Amino acid sequence: MQPVADIGNFALRMVADLGGFALLAGEVLRSLVSVRPSLRDLIYQLYSIGVKSQSVVLITGAFTGMVLCAQAFFQFQKVKMETGTLALVGVSMSSELGPVLTGLMVAGRVGAAMAAELGTMRVTEQVDALRTLATHPVDYLVVPRFLATLIAMPLLTIEAIAVGIGSAYVVGVHFLGIDAAYSWAHMLKYVGKSDIAMGMFKTLCFGMIIALVGCYKGLNCREGAEGVGHATTEAVVTASISILMSNFFLTLALRGLLE
Amino acid sequence: MIEVRDLKRSFGTHCVLDGVSFRIDAGEAVVIMGRSGGGKSVLLKHLVGLLSPDAGEVLVDGRNIANLGERQMLEVRSKFGVLFQGAALFDSLTVAENVGFALSRSGKCTPAEVANRVAEMLDMVELPGIQDKKPAELSGGMRKRVGLARAIVHRPAIVLYDEPTTGLDPVVSDSIDQLILRVCEQMKVTSIVVTHDMRSARRIGKRILYLRDRRIYLDAPTEAVFASTDPVVHRFVNGISIPKEITF
Repeated sequence: MQPVADIGNFALRMVADLGGFALLAGEVLRSLVSVRPSLRDLIYQLYSIGVKSQSVVLITGAFTGMVLCAQAFFQFQKVKMETGTLALVGVSMSSELGPVLTGLMVAGRVGAAMAAELGTMRVTEQVDALRTLATHPVDYLVVPRFLATLIAMPLLTIEAIAVGIGSAYVVGVHFLGIDAAYSWAHMLKYVGKSDIAMGMFKTLCFGMIIALVGCYKGLNCREGAEGVGHATTEAVVTASISILMSNFFLTLALRGLLE
Repeated sequence: MIEVRDLKRSFGTHCVLDGVSFRIDAGEAVVIMGRSGGGKSVLLKHLVGLLSPDAGEVLVDGRNIANLGERQMLEVRSKFGVLFQGAALFDSLTVAENVGFALSRSGKCTPAEVANRVAEMLDMVELPGIQDKKPAELSGGMRKRVGLARAIVHRPAIVLYDEPTTGLDPVVSDSIDQLILRVCEQMKVTSIVVTHDMRSARRIGKRILYLRDRRIYLDAPTEAVFASTDPVVHRFVNGISIPKEITF
């Protein structure tokens, strides 16, 4: 009977978490329309989430673009279609790899930091202190992080896409000997506005997931250092899995809408 | 001013409070004492709406706050100041930002007014000139003092103290006691102190509520409690243990 009970408990926890996310999202929405967020807190979070994430996102984008270019080139070479390499990299980076890899990197760096910071505040009674000072934790802690993630994610994704394509161009043209003019022309021809729009919409969704999951796990973590550790791990795992799963459904839904 | 009626609270299957009732009038200095893990801090958190009871009522100025939503509670909480056990200062903010937090967030004061009020409060807790320090740079006693300055900066009507002298040496504990008495006298606030420090309880409290076995076992003036011949109260006040009763 134990395995059945474990599955039941897992299912109950999942439902409870989903309910918690929905309530937090509702509270964020309510705060956004009724309370003006502090500009100073927003700028601080933008720096912390956006500026400080740039290096990891740029490195990820660059090496993903390079390896994708090399792999695509080796396959296209067999059918004499080398000049399509950059087009494949462009479409992949714009609509899939750019947003997803940026989302995963930011989830690992920022989602974990949010859960750890808010979790520590919770276990040291700082969140309770905030409440006794007539301040709603969602207004002060969640909304600035949520808005900053929503602003930073598209910008980081654009950077990752641009660096990925640029790196692929360098590798393809200078190291693998692809014709520069044809490659560039093919890329411009096959990367459509719909690919860019899809990537931007996805990255906004991923930003919401990262901020809500990180803040929810932090604000609901169990007591002690172990609780904070669990919350941090769960935030990264939950956000990463949610990004990968939602990406599939977003691709299906948006492809139908945008084309 | 504050009335608790038949308050019940459990965590899972563990019942912490089971039918707690008492009343505290404006301006009173009341100590809630009881054994470690006996539910004192849980009771205190119910008074300011940080926890909701399973059953019963918590009346603040005649209004039942037991089932208010978080946003409705914000208005009620502006009547309270709370000094937490570990001071609960915000790590990322300076002392000045911590102390002035409630005033800055209210939007009713200019930055200059906030700065003046912060300086006034830090003078009151005998820590002038530490506005730019971070909480990590302060000792335990200093943190408690800054926590108290933050709790009273918006002139609340009721101040709650959660074990204000726990973890402090006797000299610093004495200074915190004196500070609590000074706040009580100068600001005419209602003080509710949770502690199991008998020396502090005797100095601060005019009345003691003794929490035992999930209920208020005794509600009496301080001197009556310390002179009590009830064996349970006598043992607690004098720190006499019975091995079979010890639960850590």
